[in-house]
Amino acid sequence: MNAQSVLDVVLIFSILVLSFAMLGMMYRIVVGPTLHDRVLSLDALGVLLMGFIALISMMIHSQYLTVVILLIGILAFIATIGFAKYLEKGLVIENDRDSDD
Amino acid sequence: MTLIHLAILLPIIAAVIVGLSKKYSKRIHTGWLVLPVPLLIVIYFLTLIPDVNRHDVLYHSMNVMPNIGLNFDVYVDGLGLLFAILISGIGALVVLYSIGYLSHREDLTSFYIYLLIFMTAMLGVVLNDNVLGLYLFWELTSISSFLLIAFWYNRERSLYGATKSMLITMGGGFLMLGGFLSLYLITGSFSIREMIAQVDLIQASELAPIAIVLILLGAFTKSAQFPFYIWLPDAMEAPTPVSAYLHSATMVKAGLYLVARFTPIFAFSELWVWLILLTGLITLAWASFNAVKQDDLKAMLAFSTVSQLGLIMSLLGLGALGVHTGAAEELFTVAIVAAVFHLINHATFKGALFMLVGIIDHESGTRSLKRLGGLMTIMPITGTMTAITAASMAGLPPFNGFLSKEMFLEVMVNIRHADFSFLSDVSILFPILAVFGSIFTFIYSVILFKEVFLGKETEDTPKTPHEAPWLMLASPLILSLLVIVFGLFPNILSQTIIDPAAMGILGTTTALDTQIYHWHGFDSPALWLTVFIIVSGTLLYMTRHHWMFIYEYHKEHFTLNYLYDRGLVYSRISSKQLNDKFVNGNVSHYLAYVLGFFVIVSIYTFIVNGMAIDIRTASPITLQEMIVVTIILIALAGILVVKSRMVALILLGSIGFSMALLFVMFRSADLGLTQLAIETVTTTIFLLVFSKLPDKESYKYSVKLNIPHLIISVGVALTAIIIGYSAYSNRLFDPISQFHIDNVYDLAAGGNMVNVILVDFRGFDTLFETLVFAIAGLGVYSMMRLRLNTKKEGDDHEEHIDESRL
Repeated sequence: MNAQSVLDVVLIFSILVLSFAMLGMMYRIVVGPTLHDRVLSLDALGVLLMGFIALISMMIHSQYLTVVILLIGILAFIATIGFAKYLEKGLVIENDRDSDD
Repeated sequence: MTLIHLAILLPIIAAVIVGLSKKYSKRIHTGWLVLPVPLLIVIYFLTLIPDVNRHDVLYHSMNVMPNIGLNFDVYVDGLGLLFAILISGIGALVVLYSIGYLSHREDLTSFYIYLLIFMTAMLGVVLNDNVLGLYLFWELTSISSFLLIAFWYNRERSLYGATKSMLITMGGGFLMLGGFLSLYLITGSFSIREMIAQVDLIQASELAPIAIVLILLGAFTKSAQFPFYIWLPDAMEAPTPVSAYLHSATMVKAGLYLVARFTPIFAFSELWVWLILLTGLITLAWASFNAVKQDDLKAMLAFSTVSQLGLIMSLLGLGALGVHTGAAEELFTVAIVAAVFHLINHATFKGALFMLVGIIDHESGTRSLKRLGGLMTIMPITGTMTAITAASMAGLPPFNGFLSKEMFLEVMVNIRHADFSFLSDVSILFPILAVFGSIFTFIYSVILFKEVFLGKETEDTPKTPHEAPWLMLASPLILSLLVIVFGLFPNILSQTIIDPAAMGILGTTTALDTQIYHWHGFDSPALWLTVFIIVSGTLLYMTRHHWMFIYEYHKEHFTLNYLYDRGLVYSRISSKQLNDKFVNGNVSHYLAYVLGFFVIVSIYTFIVNGMAIDIRTASPITLQEMIVVTIILIALAGILVVKSRMVALILLGSIGFSMALLFVMFRSADLGLTQLAIETVTTTIFLLVFSKLPDKESYKYSVKLNIPHLIISVGVALTAIIIGYSAYSNRLFDPISQFHIDNVYDLAAGGNMVNVILVDFRGFDTLFETLVFAIAGLGVYSMMRLRLNTKKEGDDHEEHIDESRL
């Protein structure tokens, strides 16, 4: 068993582990008693996605997917912020700027 | 363009001139300008009589649309010439009469324009050899008749009558076009003469019965035959010159012309003979029976017209019978001669009667029988002419109606000699119907004269009656004189006009040498039938107060008018109900129609064309792919069952992320990037919209179970899967992507093939997708800014665009 095949086995194992982790997140999204649980699970799903794509890019020997990983990082953050703000204030973009100016 | 084309088109040219000279014709009655037109035409057609008698058939072609076979082919034989002379001759008399009838206060320009259009249309119908051209002119008669009936368009009855006549005659005309087209399918020609030449083909064809029924429907609706006669009494709302011209002498005879013209083609068929014969006789009996109960003089004349048209129609049927059997030829030639002769006679006496009734109406202010009486001493000339023409209509000697009626009765009695399917078994029916109709014809003719002109003078009339001016009396006087002249010297017509016309109907070239006599001898059955008609008619008239109650039995509900009105109402109501049921404004219903139709058509295609699914072409599936798809399925199922919008939105977001993951796993980095960005933006937009929703509903919603929707959605899904799979299994050609792979760097100087395709190989798509985004952005902006009318603003189809684009 050479190094390459060991790497493959590890990669596939990791991918499967991440897949099951995503299924777990899905369970939390569907069941998850409060809305906050669900938003958090969606955020975690994004993070799992990043790892997942990193593993895939290793598996297919491609460096073009790193930009996707970075993008997910930003977007999952934005989406979570958006949800959080909505849950806190009931709206996403505030037009009323008088309080600050 | 020959002289005869010019003769046909002259009225329409005159109509244009009349319309243009409206301003300058204030001082003189427009009718005087119009009068020379029909006079010129009738003189021209009279000069053609010697040619036609020598069988020099005139045929002139003028190409209009030769590629589709529509040509203005004029063909003048005896039949066409007879009609042309009737149309232009009575047209001239009617124009003369209308000068006295219509005052300057009326819209004279419109009246004469319509009348001239009608004249062209009618001449075009009777002289056309091309059936498409014939159909065009036929519809033009319907349209101009519609305009003329509704001449006093501020009266509700006029509009009703005009609409009714247009619906019925145009419907019939359209069916007739179908008949012409099926004839074209059989013979490959639109020319009537070529159809006659190819009569063998038509006899052998299975389409012939269809053509017969359709063409006859056209003829029956136009000629007001049973049961389509109902428009004619309502068309009496037209000005009297129009009634006299269109609805007695010319337009209603277009159907008779059509039957006569197609007799050489269709006479072989039993269907043709029976339909014409029975419809004609039933119309004759029914309409004359109904004419007696009419109170309005014009309505009585309308029913009388219907019954006389039925008489001529049944004679044409008998003539066709003669062509059909070949046996007893002489007898049925008499039928054709009688038909042509009665056609002329009816045009003369009925035109005169309408004009006389118009005079009575004009001078006394009413047409009601109840209010008129004893006018003989006040209007002696009108009274005398009414007596003459009514006697001719009743079939009394020595007027022309007697001659044709006697020929009619003779033919009807002799019908038992015919050897034609089961005709001999029911032959007794025909003379009975004919005599029945004739008796009632006699009765209403007597009523028409006696109730108006004899008896006590009534003081009931709106105006004080007095004799009409000579301008109005001239036309009926000429027609009454013709009634007498044709009655006393019928043979001046027989050689010149009747024989060529009858030969045109029969399609022969052998001379007939018709001689019409008053006296057939004592052994003639027709003579005794005439005596019987007069005696029983007189008896029935004397005792009419004892039997008039039978008309009370078929009031409203049994008449065809009732059926027509109900039919109109129900067609409107039912189409409204149908519309309300299916076009109910509910978008989910429309979506169900669209998708249901998609499923049905797809399944039908699968069944008819078959399909193949090949498992072997599929790629191997890895475990991680299965898990990602499982995640998507769970989220999808969750969206359908969750109770909260927010949860549904989060599930949608997880689907979007999983889709991006799938793209990445299938090695589409750019797609994955775009999908992630779009998914985040969409989710944010949803959040934005959710904040605007009413609070009560924002967290509580649920998808109701709807069985038809469930079936349709499952059907759509299965269909899409099957189509996708079977398309993938049957890829017939190599993909063209090898070209892109080979040339992405050499031709486009790029390393990213997706981007090179987007901006280089297929940049046009990208251009217009950018445009779509621009439109969507502007649309959203304008919707939010321009709230001109917040209630009516419904342009919400644009806001979905930015989400549906990838």
